Amino acid sequence: MRERAPVLIAAGLFLLPLALIDPRTYLTLTVAGLAMGMLIFLVAAGLTLIFGLMDVLNFAHGALFSWGAYVGFSAAALLNQRLGWATSPSVVANTLLLLGAIAATVLITVGLGVLLERVIVRPVYGQHLFQILITLGATIVLEELIRIVWGPNDQVMPVPFTFQGSWDIADVVVLRFPVVAIILGIVIYVGMVLMLNRTRVGLIVRAGVENGEMVQVMGHNIYRYFTGVFAAGSALAGVGGLMWAIFSQSVRPTMGGEQLIFAFIVVIIGGLGSVTGSLVGALMVGLSYNYVAFLVPKAAIGVTMAIMVLILLFRPTGLYGAAR
Amino acid sequence: MAPSLLEIEDLHTYIGQHHILQGVSLRIRHDAVTVLLGRNGAGKTTTMRTVMGLLHPRRGVVRYDGHEIHRLPPYEIARLGIGYVPEGQGIFATLTVDENLRVAQLSEGAPARERLQHIFGLFPDLERFRRARAGTLSGGQKQMLAIARAFINPNRLLLIDEPSKGLAPIIVEHLVEALSAMKRHATVLLVEQNFAMAQALGDDFYLIDDGRTVHQGSMASLAADDALKKKYLGI
Repeated sequence: MRERAPVLIAAGLFLLPLALIDPRTYLTLTVAGLAMGMLIFLVAAGLTLIFGLMDVLNFAHGALFSWGAYVGFSAAALLNQRLGWATSPSVVANTLLLLGAIAATVLITVGLGVLLERVIVRPVYGQHLFQILITLGATIVLEELIRIVWGPNDQVMPVPFTFQGSWDIADVVVLRFPVVAIILGIVIYVGMVLMLNRTRVGLIVRAGVENGEMVQVMGHNIYRYFTGVFAAGSALAGVGGLMWAIFSQSVRPTMGGEQLIFAFIVVIIGGLGSVTGSLVGALMVGLSYNYVAFLVPKAAIGVTMAIMVLILLFRPTGLYGAAR
Repeated sequence: MAPSLLEIEDLHTYIGQHHILQGVSLRIRHDAVTVLLGRNGAGKTTTMRTVMGLLHPRRGVVRYDGHEIHRLPPYEIARLGIGYVPEGQGIFATLTVDENLRVAQLSEGAPARERLQHIFGLFPDLERFRRARAGTLSGGQKQMLAIARAFINPNRLLLIDEPSKGLAPIIVEHLVEALSAMKRHATVLLVEQNFAMAQALGDDFYLIDDGRTVHQGSMASLAADDALKKKYLGI
């Protein structure tokens, strides 16, 4: 029962609005909500592992999201300028553009993640206050760097032709890009679960989330795992940023900070250190945000907070959190 | 005198502002069980954590097999062949018994599989509950898992911190049997408040009081010395 409760709550949230909203609109909102949830999941999954394993409060996660968006934006713009892969109606070219942008984003955000972990996070392990201060400092530096490199203004993200617009399936409007985002989210979630549950590295990371000291006295250099997890989390944030940029068709230097709040809420709802918890939490937030934004627009952000408060009342460690 | 496997000389360790170890010196003989005795708060656990590299001494030397190890990080110390069973077991409760053992096991292949079978021979419960989450085990089984994890690599030295704590007498008996079998394969440094268990397993003893080594000798001599037992152990 305890294992199934989170899924039941999620399903309830998922079906409840059907009573209030016309079914076709409901389906459109559901697709949008699932897509938004998947994007938040990408950001939250990295955050939850970094917090769970390393006990680090990483406020620079949002800046990595922005960097991912901008690097992907540049890669996409370049590929479109030289090869016309965004404006071309070819599905292959459009997909290659997306994959190319993702590759560029992963490369740069992994590099940034390794640098951040080695230089600014490592000296403050175990000291939460310093972690908050220094990662907020890093956020300011990284955002200013974006303004220097790309300029301070919003820019329009090139969206590959295939992913623009919508499909009309039996009178239900299904936006195309959200479907791509949902598929990518599922692929990344499955990849992460397999990595954590089927590989030795994943096993040691899971053990480390529970008790880092014991992992060390068993002969594992936990700092190498810290660097790896931080870099992987950074890449997830970066890909989340890129997908969000395509979703909202724009990039802004401060876009990461806005998403970070959602991601922290999701990490808390899902339970620290749990990837599955992050997915369920992110989908809850994404869906409820979209339903409520349609029904009572002003309450949209408040409802995610309300969900968090309700869940913490009954499960102080989050949906899938292990008590520590 | 034959060289010792582990030598600790005049160890001083601080935890925050507190000067916990104020001159601990030990010599652990090869293939013997040395019991570390003393009141609560005397510094027994701190001594073990310092040997393991989880705390770094401000002064003093820890020598393992002739090499100084007190500046090494815990993961390098572990790979020199030292297994550690902490107070409170430190098992990974959300992982299965099997996964707990796999995190600990540093080598693969036939010898490693043989060792696992040997461990299952000592602790049949672990084999029976291989796929169970470690958090669902009983207190005794958790302790067996913690000891098995330290023993799964061909470690030469085992540091075991209060294995009998909170366990029923019948479980303690089983633990003594298993540890007696294990001491043929490894040198052991044992912290144990249960004097009967300490006496059953120990060859040598060291007494620590207020962070200092105050007495040492053979376990047999301590068992006979009622005045010493009364003064430092209250028994």
